[in-house]
Amino acid sequence: MMQKYMKIAAASIFAACLAVGSASAQVKIGAILSVTGPASFLGDPEKKTLEMYVADINAKGGVNGKKLELVVYDDGGKPNEALTFAKRLVDEDKITAMVGGSTTGVTLAIIPIFEEAQIPFISLAGAIQIIQPVRKWVFKTPHTDTMACEKIFADLKRRNLTKVALISGTAAFGKSMRDQCVAVAPKAGITVVHEESYGPGDTDMTPQLTNIKGKAGVQAVINTDFGQGPAIVTRNYQQLGIKLPFYQSHGVASKQYINLAGPAAEGVRLPAAALLVADKLSANDKQKPVVEAYKKTYEQKSGQPVSTFGGHAYDGLMILVEAAKRAGSWDKAKVRDEIEKTKGFVGTGGIVNMSPTDHLGLDLTAFRMLEIKKGDWTLVSDSGS
Amino acid sequence: MAEFVQFLFSGLTVGAVYALVALGFTLIYNASDVINFAQGEFVMLGGMTTVFLGLAGIPLPLAALLAVIFAMAVGLALHRFAIETARGANAVSLIMITIGASIFLRGAAQVFFDKQFHTLPAFFGSEPIRFVGAAILPQSLVVLAGAVVIVVLLWTFIDRTLLGKAVIATAVNRLAARLVGIDTRRIVGFSFAISAAIGAVAGILITPITLTNYDVGTLLALKGFAAAMLGGMGIAAGAVIGGLVLGLLEAFAAGYLSSQYKDAVAFLVILTVLFVMPQGLLGRAKVERV
Repeated sequence: MMQKYMKIAAASIFAACLAVGSASAQVKIGAILSVTGPASFLGDPEKKTLEMYVADINAKGGVNGKKLELVVYDDGGKPNEALTFAKRLVDEDKITAMVGGSTTGVTLAIIPIFEEAQIPFISLAGAIQIIQPVRKWVFKTPHTDTMACEKIFADLKRRNLTKVALISGTAAFGKSMRDQCVAVAPKAGITVVHEESYGPGDTDMTPQLTNIKGKAGVQAVINTDFGQGPAIVTRNYQQLGIKLPFYQSHGVASKQYINLAGPAAEGVRLPAAALLVADKLSANDKQKPVVEAYKKTYEQKSGQPVSTFGGHAYDGLMILVEAAKRAGSWDKAKVRDEIEKTKGFVGTGGIVNMSPTDHLGLDLTAFRMLEIKKGDWTLVSDSGS
Repeated sequence: MAEFVQFLFSGLTVGAVYALVALGFTLIYNASDVINFAQGEFVMLGGMTTVFLGLAGIPLPLAALLAVIFAMAVGLALHRFAIETARGANAVSLIMITIGASIFLRGAAQVFFDKQFHTLPAFFGSEPIRFVGAAILPQSLVVLAGAVVIVVLLWTFIDRTLLGKAVIATAVNRLAARLVGIDTRRIVGFSFAISAAIGAVAGILITPITLTNYDVGTLLALKGFAAAMLGGMGIAAGAVIGGLVLGLLEAFAAGYLSSQYKDAVAFLVILTVLFVMPQGLLGRAKVERV
């Protein structure tokens, strides 16, 4: 009996040695993503992107003499599960850096773990709260809601429209963007004259739109939400024959929205990342080569149309890798410092210029104003912004 | 006036959707006292299967028919492999099994279909019909008509056919039903198949309005369940009235009060009604002989 235990003990020690041995030649990158569950449209392309590009980097010999090992956990969109995985990444997997956190809820839940463990953390979630106030170890790649609002407002100003009505979904994304829009409206010289909302899963928004239609002085309408809600709002908008300029958020920036809303989407404007209109960018656009290459790679390897969410993961991984190359080592503190010094990085989301006070590093040029014409995106010229 | 009519149309559209979903609860509840929480998944299966068969190049009417047959098969399988194996369990346990089944079906749909939203073309185009300054989509009328047709068929079936009587007998007293020669197992299984068919038809009719994805059944079933309770669980006409009342409440609350509180207003009214009339609007008080 005793002998048997000894054997098991010896075997496990041996195995542990092996594990350590292989780890020394590799550097572990952690990723907690919402691959399944309600936010799977974020986590799924993010996971595929990370796997694709980690394999690609390793095939080219890795970074700083080490190959990357990606450790992915699926939180199913649940912050409490993400918390468990975050602890596991730090205590057991002993990762060097973290790229992930598909949703704002998950990211905010796991930030304290990585702050305490002093591990560089590049989040893929939207909300501005992730980087404001600035946290030493936390960065993010996607545009914020505030930027989307500002981009829309800038476009409104160009059209000499200042009075808007908001119709927002009450789920997290719609609510958060609505709050940001209302907050930055006065600074942009825009007045929100009327507000309506609708719940997740609602199937008809004509009462809300009827009220907006009947409200005097409204010059344009903005819908903040993602998923099926905006598609239904767009159809109802046409059903009621409302003729005012109509804006959607970057949350619906996918071909799916055009398919779902059908002809009703004609003339709708929205801010979106350059990735979406890769083929329509002008030849001297700095982002053109990057977004075209990513789009091609992703669509070839996954067989699915490219989405901006996978692009955020690409940006996060590349910012990390470039920082590590500049640092010349995988020392966590050095990598962190170099991430913060990222300048002129051309990603799918825009051109990133980070600083100690800005852990996102994007400005409004990262967003392109699009208009839907004949069932396809067209670029609205944004001279003056 | 135009506003009022528009709110009315909106309420009827949404209400008809709820009514169609609520109808699916009726038959299974009648036959087995079980509230089938996987009903929303039948609605999802109807819509999603039609969409995917359509994408595979099958003409839509045929795709819709196949979707209904597929949903019926799933309903039968649900009965055979989940409900039947737990025979003898009380209604609460069976209800829990249906909740489990709904989670399973949703998961399977994620894997076999996808996680995206889809839509179907409206049957008679999407050009709204204008009426005293308000607009209604032709598809809303299709959904309303569908609800009426299903009610009439269900009523005819339950009250006018021998098989329907057998369903009622099974519901009232299973042992007695068995003693007079009714195969109660087959009756309950049959009620699952028909309920699945009603759900699938509902899913196909409403998809042009509500869109569909693997998860669409959850919220629809919740509203449909509330509608069925409001109208009187187990009564087909009650399900329709409950659905329409719920839809109208939501539309008028959103239009005249506040869109933020429309769900709260609707559910407050439901609670009040059920407080005064626990059996629902059309329900009869249940008399249990001891």
